[in-house]
Amino acid sequence: MSNLFDLLVAGLATGAIYALVAVGFTLLWQTSQTINFAQGEFVMLPAFLMLAAMHAGAPFWLAIILGILLSMLLLGLTFKMLLVDPMMRHGVLPLAIATMALAIGLKEAVKQFFSAEASPFPSIVPTGDIAILGHNVSLQSIGVLVLAILAVFGLTALLNRTSLGHQMQAAAQNPTVARIIGVPVERMILLTFLINAFLVALASLLITPIYLAKFTSGEVLGQAAFIAAIVGGFNQVRGAIAGGLLIGVLDNLAAAYVSTQYRAAVPMIFLIAVILFRPQGLLGRAEERTV
Amino acid sequence: MKSTILAGALLAFATATSVHAQAIKLADVAELSGGGATVGTNWKNGIDLAIEEINARGGVLGRKLEVTHADSQSNPGVARAQVQKALDAEPYVLLGPGYSGSVKVTAPLAAEAGIAQIMGGEAAELTQAGNKFLFRTSFGQQSSMPKVAKYIHDDMKAKSVAVVWVNNDFGRGGRDVVVKELDRLGSKVVADLSTEAGQADFAADVGKIKAANPDAVFVYLNEEESARILKELKRQGVTAPLMGETTLIGQKVIELAGDAANGARGHVGLTTDAPVDLIKAFRDKFAKKYNYVPDHNGLKGYLAVYMVKATTDKMGKVDSKAFADALHGLTIKAADEPGILMDVTFSDTGDIDRQSFLVEVVEGKQVVKQVLPKVK
Repeated sequence: MSNLFDLLVAGLATGAIYALVAVGFTLLWQTSQTINFAQGEFVMLPAFLMLAAMHAGAPFWLAIILGILLSMLLLGLTFKMLLVDPMMRHGVLPLAIATMALAIGLKEAVKQFFSAEASPFPSIVPTGDIAILGHNVSLQSIGVLVLAILAVFGLTALLNRTSLGHQMQAAAQNPTVARIIGVPVERMILLTFLINAFLVALASLLITPIYLAKFTSGEVLGQAAFIAAIVGGFNQVRGAIAGGLLIGVLDNLAAAYVSTQYRAAVPMIFLIAVILFRPQGLLGRAEERTV
Repeated sequence: MKSTILAGALLAFATATSVHAQAIKLADVAELSGGGATVGTNWKNGIDLAIEEINARGGVLGRKLEVTHADSQSNPGVARAQVQKALDAEPYVLLGPGYSGSVKVTAPLAAEAGIAQIMGGEAAELTQAGNKFLFRTSFGQQSSMPKVAKYIHDDMKAKSVAVVWVNNDFGRGGRDVVVKELDRLGSKVVADLSTEAGQADFAADVGKIKAANPDAVFVYLNEEESARILKELKRQGVTAPLMGETTLIGQKVIELAGDAANGARGHVGLTTDAPVDLIKAFRDKFAKKYNYVPDHNGLKGYLAVYMVKATTDKMGKVDSKAFADALHGLTIKAADEPGILMDVTFSDTGDIDRQSFLVEVVEGKQVVKQVLPKVK
């Protein structure tokens, strides 16, 4: 029982990070029909930007701020202007393939200019234990979970309770009508790219102390978050959150109770079941598109 | 005028060709990227350092050493292709790879070409297949694991042990020997956990260890995964003593795992913290050249080149076909060849006999607790 509790906490902590990354998938999809297959590498890169800032002599807190700002510049603004906008004219598929190429490019660039070896990364959450319901739970797990949940709640509040959020939703749901009623659609789309860049930078900050900074570390994350977004519902932020937490827990339980070798297979099997029986995802909305 | 320039160019070409022909060519195939990048980079740097030293002192039998480095990407398939390419260039000796899985698939190629292969793999089976051209630079698992099991049973007094291993040739080989030895000594294996190479998340595996509540945990993973599991063991508050091999307490692991590595113990065939003057000198030279302290793979690469030198000096000629025969049964004394660092004897199977160490990580540093003598 104690083991199950530990597994649930660890699974939720990992799942919360998957959720952050998965939310980015859904945001980009909703506002610009972008499926970003470089999303995993987007999580890998900010850690290296922060490490580079630290190597240049910046203290950790400053490196975090610089890393987040640089991520928003590179993975938000530059990504949109140099890759998404020019490729979007050619359709969703060429853009998706271009993001795959970007993923390879980012990995190779980090390998070339930083190192192929893993690097340690400081944790923003202190190590140690905290007693919850009679169980000793690691502060790091709780910290990751709390920070990720705060970020997700903040985003949900922004989307649902502010005028800016309503404009973003309007731009996502029907850009033509949104334009007619005076919503600056292009600016709203850019804002979602910046939010996505912020979320991946936060995910990077939380997961890298555990996974270590390595050029390949985005592969697992990108895949897990993609599955999470589909399972939860690609067109709903709440779906991505639920999907992330669910995949995190499922992954840990599968590794513990099924087999470590097949841990990656269990979420995949779950994904196939969801696609077969509820293609819009657990919390997603059925969508029809003109073809 | 034209003919003078042409003659000059021809002369320069002829001189360059002659210098080139005099060099002894070595080929290195190592894990320069991928999961084994730490292993391969240390190995490569060790080789380069040794070659620089030897060439600065006039080379081997008056000839300079030259090496080409190829990247196996930590992938046995790529390693095989790279080794084939390296062998096509007819090197004097093949160095590497470091991963047992890559050694396993490349050893037959080198044997077929009749070229000696000095490698970093530690899987027990590598030198048990009757290959007459394969040589180790460190202990095979059949030599080290019995010492590990004995330490867990006798010194740690562990009656129950959790064994965590990486599911590849290296991990499986070590796991098979240590489980057999623990069983023979009377320590019960209460958790036998296989993990995947490159695995990032060890929460579930550590959860299983916690549930099994063992007296000791034996960790046998590659370096990066070792660092990740050490962090997770600390995160989940596992207090059972940790025992491993070189890969648990290497410099890179300590750097990556930070505080979490403290208290981990391991049997080490080679360590730069060994209380041996020649090894200390090597460590200083390496750190000065590369700005970091090498792990055992740096030592392995360095030793590989000095094995080439000592054997060639002994033969008195550069003969790649006779090299393997000359190295079998050879004892190289550090007093005669300081680059070999410690006295070493090579068996007829290419295995080595050398003193080894029991090491504990104390405040982020490897501290040698015991020196285990050469067997023969």
